[in-house]
Parts: sequence; structure tokens; C-alpha cells
Amino acid sequence: MKAISRQLDRLKDPRYYQIGVLTSLVCFGVGALDFGIHWQNALTIVATALAVQFLGTLYAQLPRFDPLSPLITALSLTLLLRTDEVALAAAAAAIAIGSKFLVRFRGKHVFNPANMALVTLMLATDQAWVSSGQWGSAAIGAFTLACLGFLVLTRARRAETTIAFLLIYASLLFGRAAWLGDPLAIPLHQMQNGALLIFAFFMISDPKTTPNSAAGRVLFAAVVATIAFVIQFIYYEPNGPILALIVSAPTVPLIDMLMRGRIYQWARPDARAENQIKGVY
Amino acid sequence: MKILISTIAALLTIVVTTSAQAFCGFYVARADTSLFNRASQVVLVRDENRTVITMANDFEGEVADFAVVVPVPTMIEREQINVGDRAIVQHLDAYTSPRLVEYHDPDPCLRYDRMEMSQDSAALPSTGAAMKRAARSQGVTIEASYTVGEYDILILSASQSDGLIRWLNDNGYRIPRGAKRVVDSYLKQDMRFFVAKVNLEEQSKLGYQYLRPLQVAYESNKFMLPIRLGTLNARGKQELYVYALTRTGRVETTNYRTVKLPTNTEVPEFVQGEFADFYRAMFDKQTRAENERAVFLEYAWDMAWCDPCAADPLSAKELRQLGVFWVGGNGKQVSKIAPAQNVFVTRLHVRYDREHFPEDLVFQETGDRQNYQGRYVIRHPWKGETSCDATQYQASVRDRQQREAQQLANLTGWDIDDIRAKIQFAGGERPLPKKEPWWKRLWG
Repeated sequence: MKAISRQLDRLKDPRYYQIGVLTSLVCFGVGALDFGIHWQNALTIVATALAVQFLGTLYAQLPRFDPLSPLITALSLTLLLRTDEVALAAAAAAIAIGSKFLVRFRGKHVFNPANMALVTLMLATDQAWVSSGQWGSAAIGAFTLACLGFLVLTRARRAETTIAFLLIYASLLFGRAAWLGDPLAIPLHQMQNGALLIFAFFMISDPKTTPNSAAGRVLFAAVVATIAFVIQFIYYEPNGPILALIVSAPTVPLIDMLMRGRIYQWARPDARAENQIKGVY
Repeated sequence: MKILISTIAALLTIVVTTSAQAFCGFYVARADTSLFNRASQVVLVRDENRTVITMANDFEGEVADFAVVVPVPTMIEREQINVGDRAIVQHLDAYTSPRLVEYHDPDPCLRYDRMEMSQDSAALPSTGAAMKRAARSQGVTIEASYTVGEYDILILSASQSDGLIRWLNDNGYRIPRGAKRVVDSYLKQDMRFFVAKVNLEEQSKLGYQYLRPLQVAYESNKFMLPIRLGTLNARGKQELYVYALTRTGRVETTNYRTVKLPTNTEVPEFVQGEFADFYRAMFDKQTRAENERAVFLEYAWDMAWCDPCAADPLSAKELRQLGVFWVGGNGKQVSKIAPAQNVFVTRLHVRYDREHFPEDLVFQETGDRQNYQGRYVIRHPWKGETSCDATQYQASVRDRQQREAQQLANLTGWDIDDIRAKIQFAGGERPLPKKEPWWKRLWG
């Protein structure tokens, strides 16, 4: 009985749900939608991410190997990163997970792993890009439902970042349309973007790289949304949200200093006590 | 893109050339832009934030009636405008067109390995000074006015859309109703308006019988095509072809899905005679399958070569004239086997209207250099004498023909029975159609 209840306890970890949603999206993308995802890239990213996490676990002398977080990072990367070079896909996964162990401040990693990898590769080579327009409206509809289901299931715990980001970004888009006199169809169309949803639900939502207090997270989401809007609609550069997140990451320690809160632990009673000593990965 | 109405009837030009051997099949025919009515063609040369846009149109009415209004992101100087050569755009069209190729079955009795593998009626402008005065009084600034080739060109900015629209209407540019909101939006985004009409005097001096494409070079982060003004004409859907020439790789839209058309499919022999119908039907079906909201990729290739070639690659000189500023303009012809000259071409085809394309097209250059072409294959069965028992060969050909019929029906939505009726099955035997389950056509 005890064993079963422990297993059920584990399933409370929202990451299982995230992995389920992301995996079905990857399968749908590779199989049905012609997203431009190569399955070789997908496998390489997942394998590299797990391997680097394992090495990192040894390096940081963590008590146990945790495959869930690197899996989420790997799946998000698979969905967002496009490249024809398998080596670059592997590099992306290595940079993502490696940055978690190497770039740290006060017991937290500074940059969102998948975000760090995307921006590094996009700046360093012209062989990597993000295809934000490659989602049909049917895919976006299904995906939105899955994401909303996630909020319901987790009772929106720590979901302030996602909700605040989407609300603020949407109000900036609708505000812009109102100012320009554009029809509502335009901001609605701009919100129906698969990459934007992945970003909101699986990247900026990462509790490990957002401020510890709820108010801090809302403030952080507002900063990211505003910078994303400026990049996308004032400087007319693509991938506004992804660039905005990396630019805003250094404000997290600052916000943490101003607004105190508790460092997030994934719902996993058995690992919690041990992990806290070493910090969170 | 432009307020430009073209009333040309579709000419079905199927170009048949003598074939040359190629690994990817013998080239038979192509589906070029003349297949579709009211097609606009735009060549976009883009590197970093430098853009050269070439706008070609199939306008065939009275040239006095031609006018074009295009929002542009920056002020445009005289040297930034050029009148291009229509033949080069036609060459680019031919080079990038979806193509039909053919293979001939070898004698089945011989054994060797087969290689597989808005315009509108526009009055002549009034005199310059009077025009500028009238413009100022309506809050419109004529930032520049140039005569380039056969075109009179103005660069306009305005404080308000009302004045600009009134001014354009007063000066013979008939702006569609509902344009106010769109023009307002562009003005607030700090866009200027590039407007052009034909200078009849210059045109008769130059002696061209058709309108040459207008070219504009500018620097801006905006990598987009403004299509919203064009969707205001309540004239149904419009066809737009975008040829992007870049240094790095394929171009795609960031705010709409870019979809590859089905390719490398074997189709029955008779498609050779109706390739234009085939391509139109297939494009219609694919458009509907994407809920009419997708941009289609028809070609993505390194400009240095092609296989099979629907036309030769463009020479460095032609590319330079299209605005590809990073290739040398020494006029040297590029041979088919020359190494990559660092130009990657993407051909996009979009059928748009206001309902399905509310926003302007926004593009990005990707690092994808994988070659893609719309290629459809016919295989001619061996029709010569055979010196052995060919029963087995003929049975295999009939299987293939059955498969081709089904593939054609899937691609185009044509009725499978009609298709089968047109096929000359090998050995003269028409195989019985596979028995369909009784519910297959129950609800259509």
C-alpha cells in the first residue's frame, strides 16, 4: 500500500504531465504536421541531454540522477530548434543542460536551459533557427487545450509566470492593434502561434529560473513580455520572446533580493531533503 | 501588396523542349506562373537588413490605366529605384517552376541496372508645383518625385490617412473603400507610400509594349510583404509568387505555415498532355487541405545548379540585375556544373484573401539548404518488340498504372474511374478495379 501511495505521490509532479504533452506534440509534429523536425535530431537531443545531466550529477555530487527536467528541456528544444546538422542538435542539448550546472548564482541556475541553447546557437551559427509559423490552427487549438488542462491539473501552482506573461503580451498586442486601428483578427492571429505557446507553458514557466516569490514572478513576466514586444514590433526582429527571456534572466537574482520567497522544489518527497543541501538542478 | 488589377486570361503555356538526360529524369514540362489568373510576382533579395524588391505584374490593359501603391518602410532616394528586365523574372519563374519529368522503361528482355534514384484609371499627374501645393493642403508630403524609365514615381508620407486617400483619389489612384484603416495603420508604423504611374511620353520614347518590373532597394529590419491593401479589392482570392534570393538558406513565413507541396510522385502518362490542369487541381486541393491559410513552397535550391532543369540557372549578371548585390557583376555566364555561387532561391506560392490572411506576410531566412523541388514523374512502359515472354513485365506495369491512378486521385481529388478510363493499360487489358467496400461511397 505504502509503495503504491508513494508512486501516486510521484505522479503529482507536474513534470510527468508536461512530458506527456510535449512527447505527443513531438510525435504529432514528426508524423503528421511536417514541422521540419528530423527524428534523428529528436533522438540526439534527448540522448545528449540525459547524458550531460548524468555527468552533471556526478560533477555536482548530487544524490540521485533526475531524468525529468532534462527530458522537458530536450523535448522543448526538439519542438523549437530547427537545424539540418545533427551535431548542432547535440551541441544545443549539451549547452542547455551544461549551463544548468555551470552558470549558477546563489544556489539557482541563471538561464533557462533550452532558452540558453537556442540563443547561443542562433547567434553563433546561421545553421540553427526557430520556425514559429509552422503550426496549423488545428494543432494550435489542440495544444492550447492541453496547456490549459495542465493549468487545471496543477491547480495553477507556480503558474503565475505563464498567466501573467500571456496576459501582458496579449494586452500589448491588442493595445497596438487598437492604436493602429487594425481589426481584431490581427492580434488574434498573432497570439495563435505555436512557438509562443511552447514558450509560455514550457520555458518561461520553469520555476527554477524564475523569481522565488509570486509577486516577483509576475514582475518578471511583465519584464519579459514588454521586452519581447519591443523586439518583435518595434525592432521587427523575429523570436522576440526567446530573446527577451535571456536578456531578462539576470534580473531574477535582483528580484529575489528585493522580494523574498522560497526556492522551488519539484513535488518529490523522497528526493527533497537531500537535494536541498546541494541546491537545485 | 498592391492595388493592381490584372485582367489577363490564363494562358496555358506548357513548354516542351527536347530532353536531355539527367539523373532525376528527363524534363518534360513545367507549371509556371501563367497557369494562374491575376498572379503577382515579387522577387525579394535579402541579406542582413538589405532588401531589393522587384515587382512584376501581368497587367495587360491600357498602360494609362496602370497605377501601383506600395507601402515601403523607409524613404527612397532616386538611386534606390530601378526599372528591371521582365525577361529575367520570367527566367527565374521558369527555373523554379514545378516540373514534370519522364522515364522510359527499358526493354524488359534486356538485363541491365536502371538508374533511379489598384490600379485603375489614372489621369496624368498635374504639374509638379501645383501638385505639391495641393498635397500640402491635405497633410500629404511628397517626399520625392522621380521619373525612372517609363514610370512617374512619388514617395509620399502623410500625417493622416484621410488626406492621403483624398489626394490619391484626386490624382487618379482609385483607392478601394475600406482602405482608410489600413493606410492609417501603415502610416502609424512609419511607412511611406511608393506610388507609380506610367509616363506615356517616356513609354512611347522607350518603345516597350509591356510594363517592365519596378525595383526598389532599401535597408530595413522589416522582412515582410504588405498584402493588406491588395486584400481590400473584393475580387476574391489573389495569387502571389515570392522568389526569395538569399545567401544562407530557405526563406519561410513566420506568421503563417509554410508547407511543402507533395512531390516526387508518379502519375499516369496522360498527365503529360494535361499538366496545367493537373497542377491547378493539385494546388486547389492542397490549399483546401491547409484551410486556405498556408504559404506553399514550390522550390528551394542552390542557384548554382538544377536537376532536372526546367530552365538554366540564372547567370551572375542576371542575379546582379535582380539586386543580388553580393555576386560579382562581371557578366560571366555560370555553367551548370559551376560551384555554388552563394545564392539560394526559395519560391513561395500563396493564394490569399482578407479572411484567411489578415496580417501582412512576415518572413525569415533559415539555415536550411536542403534542396526541394516540385517534381512529378511519368514512366512510359516499354512499347517496342520483345524477344521473350513479357507477361510478367506487363502485369507489373499494370500494377504500377493502378498505383499511379490512385496517387493522381489522391493528389488532385479527381474521380478514380475517370482517371482509369484515360489510362492505356499494358497489354491492352484493363484490370478490374479493386472491389470497394460497400460503405466507401455511402456518404460521398
